[in-house]
Amino acid sequence: MTPAAITALRHKDLLGIADLAADEISLVLDTAEAMKEIGSRPIKKVPALRGKTIVNLFFEPSTRTRTSFEIAEKRLSADTLNIAISSSSVVKGETLADTALNLEAMNPDMIVLRHSSSGACHLLARICRSAIINAGDGMHEHPTQALLDAFTIRERKKRLAGLKVAIVGDLLHSRVLRSNIHLLTKMGAEVWVCGPPTLIPTEIRRFGVRATSVVEEAVRDADVIMLLRIQLERMEGAFFPSLREYFNVFGMTEKRLELASPDVMIMHPGPMNRGVEIASEVADGPYSVILDQVHNGVAVRMAVLYLLAGGSEHEAAA
Amino acid sequence: MKRLLKGGRVIDPGNGIDGMHDVLIDGDRIVRVGRDIPVEGVTVVEVPDGYVVCPGLIDIHVHLREPGQEHKETVASGTASAVAGGFTAVACMPNTTPVNDNANVTAYILAKAAEAGLARVYPIGAVSRGSKGELLADIAELKAAGCVAITDDGHPTASALLLRRALEYAGMFGIPVIEHCEDQSLKGDGVAHEGFHAASLGLRGIPGACEALGVERGVLLAELTGSHFHVAHMSARASLRAVRKAKEAGIRVTCEVTPHHFTLTDESLLTPVAYDTNTKMNPPLREAADRDAILGGIVDGSVDLIATDHAPHHYDEKNVEFDRAPFGIVGLETAVPLSLDRLVHSGLIRLPRLVELMATNPARVLNLPGGTLSEGAPADITILAPDLKVRIVANALRSRSKNMPFDGWELRGSVAATMVGGRPVFVNPEASIRL
Ligand SMILES: [Zn+2]
Repeated sequence: MTPAAITALRHKDLLGIADLAADEISLVLDTAEAMKEIGSRPIKKVPALRGKTIVNLFFEPSTRTRTSFEIAEKRLSADTLNIAISSSSVVKGETLADTALNLEAMNPDMIVLRHSSSGACHLLARICRSAIINAGDGMHEHPTQALLDAFTIRERKKRLAGLKVAIVGDLLHSRVLRSNIHLLTKMGAEVWVCGPPTLIPTEIRRFGVRATSVVEEAVRDADVIMLLRIQLERMEGAFFPSLREYFNVFGMTEKRLELASPDVMIMHPGPMNRGVEIASEVADGPYSVILDQVHNGVAVRMAVLYLLAGGSEHEAAA
Repeated sequence: MKRLLKGGRVIDPGNGIDGMHDVLIDGDRIVRVGRDIPVEGVTVVEVPDGYVVCPGLIDIHVHLREPGQEHKETVASGTASAVAGGFTAVACMPNTTPVNDNANVTAYILAKAAEAGLARVYPIGAVSRGSKGELLADIAELKAAGCVAITDDGHPTASALLLRRALEYAGMFGIPVIEHCEDQSLKGDGVAHEGFHAASLGLRGIPGACEALGVERGVLLAELTGSHFHVAHMSARASLRAVRKAKEAGIRVTCEVTPHHFTLTDESLLTPVAYDTNTKMNPPLREAADRDAILGGIVDGSVDLIATDHAPHHYDEKNVEFDRAPFGIVGLETAVPLSLDRLVHSGLIRLPRLVELMATNPARVLNLPGGTLSEGAPADITILAPDLKVRIVANALRSRSKNMPFDGWELRGSVAATMVGGRPVFVNPEASIRL
């Protein structure tokens, strides 16, 4: 069933994919297609957000996501302000609520927030009138990542429904996982998640996914394989014995790839640990769309910014 | 001065009383419970039909925060909150600044309580000096100064050995060790019950087994020492199972549950407000199966008593990211409405069982005066209006802190009046009673 065409999102903020309906997801992806075309022009700039102020408030270092948002904002002619606060200074300094109130006093139109605490964007959204865009909150969600992943899949496969998507890695600590599960299940994909039992969230099946610790089972006939970053410090938490053992049991190798569908896509939200969750030959191989993901990130974020700023209120971007 | 509470349903489970009686008070003592007590020379207080006269309610798990954390609560504000909630006595936890691990702190708390002149206050001393888990606190001195139990609440007792020693030593004075049951390695950085909702919200989990391990440890040591072990704020079904088995085996174990654990589940993490720090407490709000098991324990008698774990925190402390917020909510003023609404009006238990859970048994477990309407007992009396509807308003609480998730809730059942030592210390203006 195709969702009814809509022209605007139903929320002031983008806190998570959990809050979006399928038709809203489709709207973002469709809008991103138009935005992608802008990026291919000689002059990559439209006046859609002229006069709008966007604050990029980053409490965690993130070159990739921050840069992607910044480029998206500039292509839409918004005025942008980057604020990077190291989480350690927050311990002694002002609270997030105070930071939010101070920003709010300057009346920005949107705040893009990256924070190490799950739900930090919800706190901000309760305080601020500005639209809040979650650029990753703790272990909770990273909605624009899931949207750009979906965009990348849809671009290749022309659909999301019915695809087998295997997500392999540190499921427990991953906000990318949660956003992707919400998005892919809402759009009708068959989602498999895989990792050591120590890194699988409680009651994961209630999210509507299949879970396994046998990586071959997850990747067999998969149309898409997404690998999640294994953080090196997880060994200290005794989640698994060593990176070498992780790679041996779960690492994506060319051999394991043979089990997947012949036109499988290999994805990774970055940054990658080569030789841990993914072999270099796979990361750089013919099935990898990892750089496409980065490229599409800009268009998808342009779409999100544009729609949250009022979308059809403005002259069409394209 | 003699006062006669005339009419109303008198419930005193300790004496097997449940019926239409009058209660005669002389000064600070109860003289008689009976029918047709002569009214000459006494001030008559008419108790409306449907109201319940019972022994004063006792909350044995309260954080009064004084000394040292007066921005959260004081003995005066905490006891004002207590009497407004129908409690004539509270036992207060030792995790103040400094910790109540010596007679000076105990005396300070008691002096503040006397000054406030509201609810009776029974301090609970620390198990270990500074609650640091190394050396035992001066328990004889604490007991002599007025402490009625010991605990390192806020944390579990640091080691099995220290808990064993504490049980043995406290046993000498006939006071229980109250334990915040938790395996700290299993808790880790957990901030919410380990279940679907925490997984979905990306919150680090605390499994029920974390609490149950602490319960099992205490049960085994209670068996070893023969001393009385009391499980604080029990929330997990596995803990209840351990307590039931222990009781069947004749081990001296008692347990309490809180109104928030028998009312809410971890679904409150998500709705009505996602990441509301007023749903963050330790132990955490558990999943429905745990909540239902706790209700089962209340019904079948495995649960000894209701205590609030009243844990005031300042607004600023709670107005932060979920994982940075302190654990705990205030509970003194919502315990009676929640209990009446969720336990009695829902049909799970009858009023006498509620009085047992909130007055009779708390007094027994800590060996306190009160919890009874026996002749000669202190005239600590709570009058309940079980059908009076209330709307909970956080900002209207007497407590200095307003941190709780029940703001705006409408509940059936309330406190009409509270008397301590024959003296009215709270009269609900909404109730039809004048003292
Ligand atoms: Zn505790």
